[in-house]
Amino acid sequence: MLSVFLEVLRRDLLLAWRNRADVLVTLAFFTIVACLFPFGVGAEPNLLRTIAPGVLWVAALLATLLSLHRVFSQDHTDGVLEQLLLSPEPPVLWVLAKVLAHWLTTAVPLVIAAPALALLFDMTQSATVVLILSLLLGTPILSLLGGVGAALTLGLRGGGMLLALLVLPLFVPILIFGAGAVDAYLSGTGASAHLMLLGGGSLAALALAPWACAAALRIAVE
Amino acid sequence: MESGQRFSLFRYAAPNVFYPLAGRLAPWFAAAAVAFALVGLYLGFFVAPTDAVQGEVYRVIFIHVPAAWMSMFIYLIMAFWSAIGVVFNTRLSAMMTQALAPTGAMFCFVALWTGALWGRPTWGAYWVWDARLTSQLLLLFLYFGFMALTRAIEDPRRADKAGAILALVGAVNVPVIYFSVKWWNTLHQGASVSLTKAPSMATTMLMAMLVMALASWAYTIAVVLWRVRSLILERERHTDWVGEVLEAKGAQA
Amino acid sequence: MLEVTELACLRGDRMLFADVALTVRPGELVRIAGPNGVGKTSLLRLLCGLAMPEHGQVSWKGARIDRAREAFHRDTLYLGHAAALNDLLSPLENLRFAAACHGLSADVGQSELALERIGLGPQRDLPAKVLSQGQRRRVGLARLYLSENVPLWILDEPFTALDVTAVRDLAEWLDAHCARGGMVVMTTHQDVPFATPMRTVDLAESAC
Repeated sequence: MLSVFLEVLRRDLLLAWRNRADVLVTLAFFTIVACLFPFGVGAEPNLLRTIAPGVLWVAALLATLLSLHRVFSQDHTDGVLEQLLLSPEPPVLWVLAKVLAHWLTTAVPLVIAAPALALLFDMTQSATVVLILSLLLGTPILSLLGGVGAALTLGLRGGGMLLALLVLPLFVPILIFGAGAVDAYLSGTGASAHLMLLGGGSLAALALAPWACAAALRIAVE
Repeated sequence: MESGQRFSLFRYAAPNVFYPLAGRLAPWFAAAAVAFALVGLYLGFFVAPTDAVQGEVYRVIFIHVPAAWMSMFIYLIMAFWSAIGVVFNTRLSAMMTQALAPTGAMFCFVALWTGALWGRPTWGAYWVWDARLTSQLLLLFLYFGFMALTRAIEDPRRADKAGAILALVGAVNVPVIYFSVKWWNTLHQGASVSLTKAPSMATTMLMAMLVMALASWAYTIAVVLWRVRSLILERERHTDWVGEVLEAKGAQA
Repeated sequence: MLEVTELACLRGDRMLFADVALTVRPGELVRIAGPNGVGKTSLLRLLCGLAMPEHGQVSWKGARIDRAREAFHRDTLYLGHAAALNDLLSPLENLRFAAACHGLSADVGQSELALERIGLGPQRDLPAKVLSQGQRRRVGLARLYLSENVPLWILDEPFTALDVTAVRDLAEWLDAHCARGGMVVMTTHQDVPFATPMRTVDLAESAC
């Protein structure tokens, strides 16, 4: 059972490595989006410090959104998805492996890059730590819910825009609690409630999203 | 073509039975909607007393509140039909879901529009990031997403199933969105005046609002029945009984 | 034994075929024939459980395949139109991944042997994007040499883009599979010399 999970995970990580330009492009996108805001709202340090958590979270969310098509679309066009659906193992296993590979190759680089961007916005060190924790706990939900959206829009014309329309409203709570965690920490109320909600959300998404995703994939190849 | 007839019977919970039934029921619900709306508007605009604080402006709630209720109910009903469709694999339920979505989006839009009109004199701005209005806006996006997805998929079977999954995922998320927005709102804004609580409710106000809610229910049922009828015709157009229906229509014209 | 009863297939809003009945017993080689667009590929996809029939059912060893999916897919190999090949992986990596997903134990040695038998020995470590159309097909077909213990093979146009020797080798391997008691259901436009008596099912007779 576990071997399918590990095989798919290994293959997707290997593919991400051979296609590492994709990961770098996602990172560059994340950085450039965050860097646009000072040009838009002005470089007043206090203002930047205030908007930093929200800006970084929105940038991370958009970067994840743009990378979602990588999860299934290549396998859909070259027929690997059909073969995976014909595997005797439960589809939830390899769906989970693919989503995990997406998280490792998209969200983790973003989390690593986030402290550098936090410097640009003059965030304090401890606030940066809270931001990183919120990203670590919140981005799995983005990958899981995003995977469902990617599976639903697989092979449709205008799929990218449609995917954004489908998943962005669902991402709002994650944005609220993610950026809110840093705000709550800075205002002195403590971020633990926000972080726990994000962690709980990740667990709930982990329990439910792979099933929806597997069902959507089955429909997509039919 | 004999076999086609048999398969369509298997596919829908007998669409050739449901089609005329829906046709007979729809006008009654439409009539009820008009009657309830007339009574409700009369009660709301002429009988209900002027509000001490807000004057006449508050009367927009007789449209705003039922529309907001309805927009949320309709999403729940869509999720219900989707669950039925997923479990029992019936196609009539998918058609119900798809017939409901535009009406839900319409009520959502009406609620936002009247909310903005009400907000201008009350808050001094057409839009404030109030928890209710914001989650209403997100609900509108969920409706748009559902309609866009089901229309982007050409194969009706795939569209039905994908729509059902999306509606269910959305329904799980609706309460999460609502509570997170509410939390966010209390942190960032402080308490704001809420539409539903604003005037102290006189009995006539409550009555007017309930009658208007009944009107929107009746309207929804009538519109959905008509929409399902055309969906059935569209999807069953190759079967004998639809041919007969269309011929009869042609003879009338 | 694969049993198909009253199978009907709907594509979009068009009924492709209805009332297809078919039984495949161990050792049998069945060819699905019919003109283009009659639904041969659709039928194969119904047989392997990738698509849901509009009506009727497919059973494997007496159990409906949608109720006993895992057991059925353990016993089935399906090779479709798409080569199921990732361009960034080598034929060897692709083959080993496909085998592992199917729960087949295939070590490097066995996989290399399979690629050699299908004539891809020298190309086994090149990225798949440099392969020709025929070589891409062969990577998929190499799975046949790892699937001796998988009884039911469902093959969609396996002989397309293969040269004469490759066609002959493959035909021999399919014969050997039937001789072992395996089952083959396939479509093909070519006249291939099989030793096993081939049963042809004409789908045009069931077309709507």
